[in-house]
Amino acid sequence: MSIIRVTVIDREGVSHELDAPTDMNMNVMELCKSAELPVEGTCGGMAMCASCHCYVESEHADAMSEKSDDEEDMLDEAFHVKDESRLGCQIQLADPLEGLIVRLAPVG
Amino acid sequence: MIQTDILIIGAGPCGLFTVFEAGLLKLRCHLIDALPQAGGQCAEIYPKKPIYDIPAYPEILAGDLVDRLMEQAEPFQPGFTLGERAETIVKDEEDQFIVTTNRGTVHRAPIIAIAGGLGCFEPRKPPVERLAEYEDQGVEYIIKDPEFYRGKKVVISGGGDSALDWTNFLADGVASEVTLVHRRDGFRGHPDSVQKVLDLAASGKIRLLTNGEVVGVDGDGHLEGLTVKHKTEGELRLETDHWVPLFGLSPKLGPIADWNLNITKNAIEVNTLDYSTNVEGIYAIGDINTYPGKLKLILCGFHEATLMVQSAFKRIYPDKNLVLKYTTVNGVNGF
Repeated sequence: MSIIRVTVIDREGVSHELDAPTDMNMNVMELCKSAELPVEGTCGGMAMCASCHCYVESEHADAMSEKSDDEEDMLDEAFHVKDESRLGCQIQLADPLEGLIVRLAPVG
Repeated sequence: MIQTDILIIGAGPCGLFTVFEAGLLKLRCHLIDALPQAGGQCAEIYPKKPIYDIPAYPEILAGDLVDRLMEQAEPFQPGFTLGERAETIVKDEEDQFIVTTNRGTVHRAPIIAIAGGLGCFEPRKPPVERLAEYEDQGVEYIIKDPEFYRGKKVVISGGGDSALDWTNFLADGVASEVTLVHRRDGFRGHPDSVQKVLDLAASGKIRLLTNGEVVGVDGDGHLEGLTVKHKTEGELRLETDHWVPLFGLSPKLGPIADWNLNITKNAIEVNTLDYSTNVEGIYAIGDINTYPGKLKLILCGFHEATLMVQSAFKRIYPDKNLVLKYTTVNGVNGF
């Protein structure tokens, strides 16, 4: 079993260092939920609700899959969207993401 | 007034299957849903997505699942109040519940089954300061009657089909000025609608502001202007009579939160014996309930609905004995 270290900064600015397994087909939304962080994941991970909207604050853009059209479309309906915005459910946890830092976007 | 045996709040898969299971016990059902069509999330959010964990369907599209459930419920002639939100609940002198919607439709039943899923779908409101002050004073989240905008200056926000379609419609001789504001260059709407918007912008019939978002509203009582933050050009002000932000729908628990039910983390606590709530006669099934070990699966909602109607039957007919009858033996005898 492989584990990477992921830091999630919640909406109060508190950092949570999480051990994330990379062999369980998990994404960042699911990781946050399993750590009981305030991420709703309303749609279950279909890129259809934006409740897991977050900002990637570490240099991992190249290690991540590109935003799909579905994700880009859903971000159109989200607020506080920035260049580094992603939907947590679309970030698949994998070894190259060691040291990933994400900040939860405000819920609006 | 609409009288029924089980009044179901929420016409998603779980609510629809309740009609079938109740029908087998000769109980009639009526469903209320805030959305204009039955099917809940399956119909509204992901009709074209496949579901793989419905027993005996290795793969079924969510929209098809709804169609099948409607077909299965059909012999039991369910009633529907669609496009209305269940608002208030009171008990009358005969121990029946009276549920009234936001549009004033009155329903009466001895049993309430809340199958509300994630709650009511409501328009997503952009986080703009003082926005609430201008609601119905120039800010509308839904276009009900396009005539309302005749001769007016209108700004629409969003990049989906409704934003594009309304831009095209209002630009066609209805509004005096139409501006579409969108956060990026790409649009997710139908390619024909996108092309039409781009053509209108090129010919100067609408103003298209991409890479921008509305960050401020102003006006003395009624909306007069918007502040738009542009990615490269900074802030600019748009004079307008109306702003229609079209950012889709998101679920909110809504008025049910005030029905004196025990609620934990946006879900209604139930007893797993029969999925009853703390209020006698009110049950909660599917994604809206919670109990130790709860899984938010359609599959589990079906099970909950089945057990719930047995308990509802005993509540309505305390003196009758209920014997489980198999559909294979008895068939399905509708009303």
